[in-house]
Amino acid sequence: MRRSTSRRDRGSDRPRRSRNPSDRLFRGATLGFALAILGLALLVAWQLFIHSKLSREQFGWSFLWTQTWDPVAGQFGALPFIYGTLVTSVLALVIAVPLGLGTALFLAELAPPRLSQWLAFMVELLAAIPSVIYGLVGIFIVVPWVRVHLEPALSGTLGFLPLFRGAPYGVGFLTAGLILAVMVVPFITSVSREVLLAVPRVQREAALALGATRWEMLRMAVLPYARSGIAGSILLALARALGETMAVTMVIGNKPQIAASLFEPGYTMPAVLANEFTEATDDLYLHALIEIGLVLFVVTVLINGIARLMLMRLAVPAGPVKR
Amino acid sequence: MRARPYALRKATNAVALGLTGAAAALTLGILFAILAYIAANGASALNWDFFTKLPAPVGETGGGLANAIVGTLKLLLLASAIGIPVGFLGGVYLAEFGHGRTGFVVRYASDVLNGVPSIVIGIVAYTLIVLPMKQFSSLAGGVALGIIMIPTVVRSTEELLKLVPSNVREAALALGVNEWKTVLFVVIPTALRGVLAGVLLSLARVAGETAPLLFTALSNRYWSHGWLEPTASLPVMVYTYAIAPYDDWHRQAWAGALVLITMVLGVNILARLGVSRRASAS
Repeated sequence: MRRSTSRRDRGSDRPRRSRNPSDRLFRGATLGFALAILGLALLVAWQLFIHSKLSREQFGWSFLWTQTWDPVAGQFGALPFIYGTLVTSVLALVIAVPLGLGTALFLAELAPPRLSQWLAFMVELLAAIPSVIYGLVGIFIVVPWVRVHLEPALSGTLGFLPLFRGAPYGVGFLTAGLILAVMVVPFITSVSREVLLAVPRVQREAALALGATRWEMLRMAVLPYARSGIAGSILLALARALGETMAVTMVIGNKPQIAASLFEPGYTMPAVLANEFTEATDDLYLHALIEIGLVLFVVTVLINGIARLMLMRLAVPAGPVKR
Repeated sequence: MRARPYALRKATNAVALGLTGAAAALTLGILFAILAYIAANGASALNWDFFTKLPAPVGETGGGLANAIVGTLKLLLLASAIGIPVGFLGGVYLAEFGHGRTGFVVRYASDVLNGVPSIVIGIVAYTLIVLPMKQFSSLAGGVALGIIMIPTVVRSTEELLKLVPSNVREAALALGVNEWKTVLFVVIPTALRGVLAGVLLSLARVAGETAPLLFTALSNRYWSHGWLEPTASLPVMVYTYAIAPYDDWHRQAWAGALVLITMVLGVNILARLGVSRRASAS
């Protein structure tokens, strides 16, 4: 989770390549393992691609915007799952971004350094808790709470919005989004904290010297500087949320429908894989499920790729000023 | 920008900073609430039978998850056998020789793998092993977990080896030590504690993985023999028991969660205390 910011210190002055045969053997061996990792990434893509062939050929691109999911009739469209995945992930970010960024600001700017390190460690523990445990807490504690307290309160106050209408089931988009939010907060907090800590001190001092209050300093001098890194951390969190399986499967209700209300049960791409994969009775059904996996793979690779680039680019202009 | 009264600016400052504090308090509060719920529900459910007995027949109460605990250990063993050598040596390459384009591409591939949802890795293990062998097995589950381990081991190994100052390498090379001996006997031992901590952390991470096991290792209410039978595992049992309609199963799910989380948090705290602060990369 923690990633290095500037790693370009060595390289220009490293020793010249050794011609010694045992050195070349060692280098070759480690290179072999490194290439195996590359091969593995390609293998993952290839396996998903060839094992979704039947479904891709039969449904083409319409797989992505067809709403029917009928294994008996052999009709497969992924739209309800894509919809559920998007709604829960966006909801998670709506909650997690202010929470995670606020926490990061507190840890990076207000807490004393030693305390900050320990608190950051504890926030990262949230990411270490296995997803099935979030699901367990979700089923037995969050779902009843949402049903009895949160949903009636929301429909009482914001019920004029279609988002907050309908019967309070407890299971559904809202609960899934809440739990996902908690699960991705550590990704936003720990990366953003590092990015904030990497903002040069002069940047802050300049703002303070001009008479800015601490908050104005953060808003005008620090946050704009850290913007792309923070955006990167949010994208990383989004990729996590899209692929999260167990916790969501356990609380979303698993009903393939597209509903305007967040109180309604829904379904997500990882959840349908978790529930139906072992039940796939014929090849077309199996290939349709694997195609959902392929979609998930492509989307998370793209989002992660962009996030890495944003975080990488950040490392370049950061000057020699260190905190 | 128009000048605003100082009092207002100070008030904004106090409110905004107060909100960041509130966010931090809420985040940590959620962590403690989760831990407290698991401790409270799990402790009352945990007993000796949990560790020593097989699951009771459906409908009866009692029994334990001994087979799931052994199953998880077996899966972790196999995952380590795949994830540690590949991840470690790949990490050595990136740290010591990966300055060029190959290094960049491999690092990127490893990051991509790290971002792939674990259930997708489960699908790949399914197509690679379960489909050809027509059999759910510990082997398939272990391979899935091994693949998931690789990128985290790569990253922590690389970061920790790079923390070893280049002076140390240069000193060894200047004494006429071969490059490979320098790496193997000078650089790696210097970073060993951290590397081990990184490996432990990645094991802790895959120990709680459920999704990739659902259709690779599947589950089993009995002992699993050898590597070619389906096996129970702690996370999958927690899942199965949590969504089942029996109160006694719910009780055991909480007990399983307590065991899992004790293991995961224990490793995290150990790694944190035992090594430098860099080691918490996961």
